[in-house]
Amino acid sequence: MSYITDRKRANRWGSAKSGTQHFWRMKVQSVALLVLIPLFLIAVAPAIGKDYAGVTDHLSRPFPAIIAVLTLTVSFLHFADGFQTLIEDYVHGLWEKVLIIGMTCLCWGASVVAIFAIARLAL
Amino acid sequence: MADVNRGSRPLSPHLQVYRPQLTSITSILTRITGNALIVAMLMIVWWLIAAATGPDAFAVADGFVTSWFGILILALSLWALWYHFLAGVRHLIWDSGVGLDLDTAYKLGYGVVGGSFVLWLLTLIILFAV
Repeated sequence: MSYITDRKRANRWGSAKSGTQHFWRMKVQSVALLVLIPLFLIAVAPAIGKDYAGVTDHLSRPFPAIIAVLTLTVSFLHFADGFQTLIEDYVHGLWEKVLIIGMTCLCWGASVVAIFAIARLAL
Repeated sequence: MADVNRGSRPLSPHLQVYRPQLTSITSILTRITGNALIVAMLMIVWWLIAAATGPDAFAVADGFVTSWFGILILALSLWALWYHFLAGVRHLIWDSGVGLDLDTAYKLGYGVVGGSFVLWLLTLIILFAV
């Protein structure tokens, strides 16, 4: 028998263990991507398949480089949050934490690799 | 009260007990396409860092990206991208509290599936032919 009240025990312990921050963050990312994805397909995607000189030349221009950085970083953040929801739905216990931490690290790592690569090509 | 039956509560009926419907299939596809896009994203990051490294590294990455397998991944990912894009728009509409009745949900579902194929073919032709 616990002397704590039911309300006090439930307080701050909803099923998500947090409020609506995760939902709202994904919503902001998704609206940003509605603009960025078409711009990426117009400004960056045509470089895929070009030869080495063509690719380095393409990404040395400011607009494709900036759109590539923005699209890839926002996409990876959106992916990390979306993947977290997938895992929270289907995997529980230790593996839930392992997979969420692993994918979050992979997404941040891949973003930084992309930013470094584009900065090196652009500058 | 809050600690009664913790850990062995009944779960809600899961996917397999329902007959597939347009609304459920379009919802599941949103999740599958979104998560599958990681493959193309990592491939593009590899291609970028290879280009930043030098001609030799680029030749390896470009060889994979422009192989039939790489092109297959990119082409399928382009459909997944448009599907997830339009399904995301549908969620933003729903989040505003509009279109949650069954009739509108079905219309939006057909719009997402149809629109994804239209935009896919359009961008496939533009990106691969030009």
